[in-house]
Formats: sequence, structure tokens, C-alpha cells
Amino acid sequence: MNKKNTILKGIMYAVLILLVIISFIPFYMMIVNATRSNSDILQQGFTLLPGTALIQNYEILIQYMNLWRGFANSLFVAVAVTLLSSYFSALTAFGFAVYKFKGKNFLFILMLVLMMVPGQLGLIGFYDLVRLMGLLDSYIPLIIPPIAAPFIVFFLRQYLMTVMHTSLLEAARIDGAGEIRIFHRIALPIMMPGIATMAIFTFIGSWNNYILPLVILFSPEKYTLPVMMGALRGSQVAENLGSMYLGIAISVVPIMVAFLFLSRYIISSISAGAVKG
Amino acid sequence: MKKLDNYGYMFIIPFFIVFVTFTIYPILLTFYYSFTSYSGMGDPEFTGLANYTRLLTDSYFYSALYNTLYIWGINFFFQLGIALLLAILFSDIRLKMRGLNIFRALFYLPNLITIASVALLFSILLGWHHGTINHLLLDLGIISSPIDWLNDPTTARWSVGLIGAWMWFGHTFIILMAGISGISKDYFEAALIDGANRWQTLVKVTLPLLKPIMLYVLITSLIGGLQIFDLPMLITDGTGAPQGSLNTIVLYLYNQAFRYDNYGYAAAIAYGLFVITVIFSIITFKSMYRNNVKEG
Repeated sequence: MNKKNTILKGIMYAVLILLVIISFIPFYMMIVNATRSNSDILQQGFTLLPGTALIQNYEILIQYMNLWRGFANSLFVAVAVTLLSSYFSALTAFGFAVYKFKGKNFLFILMLVLMMVPGQLGLIGFYDLVRLMGLLDSYIPLIIPPIAAPFIVFFLRQYLMTVMHTSLLEAARIDGAGEIRIFHRIALPIMMPGIATMAIFTFIGSWNNYILPLVILFSPEKYTLPVMMGALRGSQVAENLGSMYLGIAISVVPIMVAFLFLSRYIISSISAGAVKG
Repeated sequence: MKKLDNYGYMFIIPFFIVFVTFTIYPILLTFYYSFTSYSGMGDPEFTGLANYTRLLTDSYFYSALYNTLYIWGINFFFQLGIALLLAILFSDIRLKMRGLNIFRALFYLPNLITIASVALLFSILLGWHHGTINHLLLDLGIISSPIDWLNDPTTARWSVGLIGAWMWFGHTFIILMAGISGISKDYFEAALIDGANRWQTLVKVTLPLLKPIMLYVLITSLIGGLQIFDLPMLITDGTGAPQGSLNTIVLYLYNQAFRYDNYGYAAAIAYGLFVITVIFSIITFKSMYRNNVKEG
């Protein structure tokens, strides 16, 4: 039995490693091909060894598409979205968790019901509203609406109700602290771990968002990275495969590096979200 | 205390101002447009149920639904299949597999990458004469002539479905493992002591206990899968080609609205998709629930 298990284990590790290779080979090929010249890719075909045309590829790419600009745009939008949605969700969660006011249950249930509605449902109306407000081709429609993030509010409210004792609030009130001060000085620090969990997802969600910036933005210098990826395909760069691969690599590699440092938090966040949700 | 409770409104008001303006109002506005022939300019003209009757007889809509489910089906089958096998493997107390944290992280990585980048990457990796995947398969002798993956309806749908599975199996694996770690080890040990073999442990212990979390995976995957847009949009440049085989519902919606200025009809497609999503969710939930009752 033991020997059988050892053999079985060996086979299973081989399968796992094969799966790791499948997960990574597209990225590896991307990096290898990003360093090869167009003619090299066309004529030599498949190879696992990098080439020497990285700088040429970069020069061609950057002539047509300023990817770093897209990078900065995406970063700006994602950071703004993450900060705003974290802060306002915490504010709302605090309101729901601490106070008893008229219509509270109705508002909370309304929020939960609409949490289930798929995002595309209001897309046409959203676009038209943004157009009427004169906000097309600006970042406002990407940054302001995420202030209302029902799932984060729901998550933080549950979090707050399990970790915060009302006696803490009472004590602060007796000491003469106002409600807003109590929120900032007591509740917000207590919620921080929960906020961090949600912030990771908010950031990734905003960074990867494609359809909304595609619909809202039309000046190339305002494009976020995903929209720029789409534009790359229809541009002159598409004629040079090495530069194409390099363009994709520039959008991918920083995320991979960030993941190296954050993977533990990201994975425990997904686990937590799944068990609670 | 009464006075303090009014602070509650103050804390939730910013949320609800934004929520009403940018979520609720657009949903209602879309609903209104779905009864009009709005083209994005001038006043919307009320046309009653015309958009909905058109939707019910629109063969493009049905083929978009078919494509969406086809792609999602492939995606989900492989995504859940691989994730489940991995979860079973790592929860086997006789094997005691190591390295769960590392493997989990490695498998998860593709999910983190922007779908737009993934789509673009695969659209060139899967290229006909100069695609790396064809080069590799030719070198290995698996195929004798290059396959035009993205220009044949069947291989195109399979490609998109498998790219989806590749992106999502790590995520599903993490969720299943979270579900398994929620199961007390006592169950597995009891099964071991009672002399249950691997298969019996799997069928009688692991799978029944994982059912709620699998329902969660199924419903979230289905809701997400019905909205698939980024991959087919970027792989086909928005056309849904070859032969419309990658024309998914949201891609159809997008094209109707932003390519052809049929906002009214696109709004009806959005509500059609919503109704379909609700129906599928209810069916999934009911069928899983019924099975539970039978067994219990």
C-alpha cells in the first residue's frame, strides 16, 4: 500500500508540474517572442531560446503606441477607484452596522437585490446618462460610480459586526468624541484588514476592466491599458509580431511581479470571499 | 440615542446618491429605452413591445445565446473538472501532497492577467501560418499542416472556451480548497478508519460536502459566462467571426448599441440577457436543491 502510494504520488506531482507548465508556457512564449525579430519568428518558428531584437522591437512599438501612458492611466484610475470605493464602502458599512434608523432594512435589502444584477444590464442607460452629463471621454464615469459598491459594503458590514464591540463606541462617546471622529479613529482602523481584502479585488477589477473604458473613452492618450491592447491589434504594430509580443508583455509582466509579492494575500482573500459569500 | 441614530443617514447618504444616479437610474433608463427605437440622437420614439418581439424572432440573438452557452460549457467542464481533480488530490489524507500554497499560486496566475492582454496574446499564439502553437505542434509532429484555429467555427469556439478554462481553473481550485478546509478532518479520518477506499470517500464524503460550494462556483461561473465579452471581442476585432461563431450575447449587444446605434434594441437585448440569467440561476439552484432533498 505504501509503495503504491509513493508511485501514485510521483505520477501526481508529474501531472501537477505539467499543469504548471501549461499555465506558464503562453507567458514564457510571450517573453521569448518579445525578444525575437519579426523575421525570426516567421522563419525560425518555435524556440524556447530568447533572441536579440528586444530593443528594436521596443523602438517599433513605442513609435506607434505609448504603452507607458496607458499604464499610467490604468494605474491612476485603479488607485482612485480603490481609494474611493474603500473609503465610502467603509462609511456606508459603519452606518448600517451601528445605527438604527427608519428604512434601514429596506435600503439594505434594496442594495443586496441589486448586487445580484449583472453589470451589463444598465450599460445603455449608463452610457446615455454619461453622454447627457457631458462626461464622455473623461475618467469621472470610471472613478465615481464605484463609490457605490454593494458587495464591499455588505462584506464590511458583516466584518464590522463580528469584530467591533459597541462598548468601544460608548466609551469614545463618553470621552466626548463625535460620530465622525469615532468612525475615523476607531471603526476605520478596525475595518482595515477587511478593507485590504476588498481593495485587492477592487484594484484588479478596475485594472482589468475593458468594456466600460472602451465605451467611455475615445482619445487615445486617455486609453487605459486594456483598451490600448485592443487598439494595438488594429495598429501598424500588428505587422511586427515581435513588437506585438513585447507590447503584450509590457502589460502583463508588472502584474506578474506584483503577484509574486501579493499572492498570499490574494489567495486568502479569494478563500475568505468564497466561504463567506 | 435617538438623535445619534440620525447619523446613520449621514453615513449612508453618499453611497445612495451615487447608487441611485449611476446604478439604479441607468437600469431604469435602459428599461425605458427597450420600449423605444432610440438611436442615441433626438427623442426616443415609443414603439411598445416591438424590440421584444424582434428579439424573440431574431435568429442572431439565438445563435449568440447558443455560442455563449457553447463556449461557457467547454470552459466550465474543463475548469471545474481540473479544479475538482486537484482539490480531491490535495485533500487525500493518505497521499499528503505537499506544496499546496505554491501550486495554488501558480495555477491562479493566469486569472490575474488582464483579459484584453490574454486575448491578444492568444490571438497571435494561435495564428495560422506564424502562430507559435502551430509551430510547436508541427515540430512535435502532432499535426502535419498548420490549423487555422480562429477561422473555423468549431476550433474557434473550443479555443475561446479552453482559454477561459485555462484562466479560471486556478481560481475555482482555490474556492474548492476553501470549501474542503471548511470540512472537518474528522469526516475523512472516520472514513479511513471505517476502511472506505478512495472512491468511496470521494463519493460518500467529499463530493456531498462540497455540494454547496460547487453550487456557488456553478452560479457565479454561469452568470460570468453569460456575459463573456472581452475574449471574443478582442479575438475577432468585434465582428464575432468566423461565421458568427464567436458572436456572444454581450458582443451582439455592444455591436447593436455602439456600432449600429440601435440603442433601443440593445437595451432589449440587455433585458433579455437578464431574464435568461435569472432563469438559468433558478434552474441551477432548484435542481441542486432537489438532489439534496432526495439524498437527505
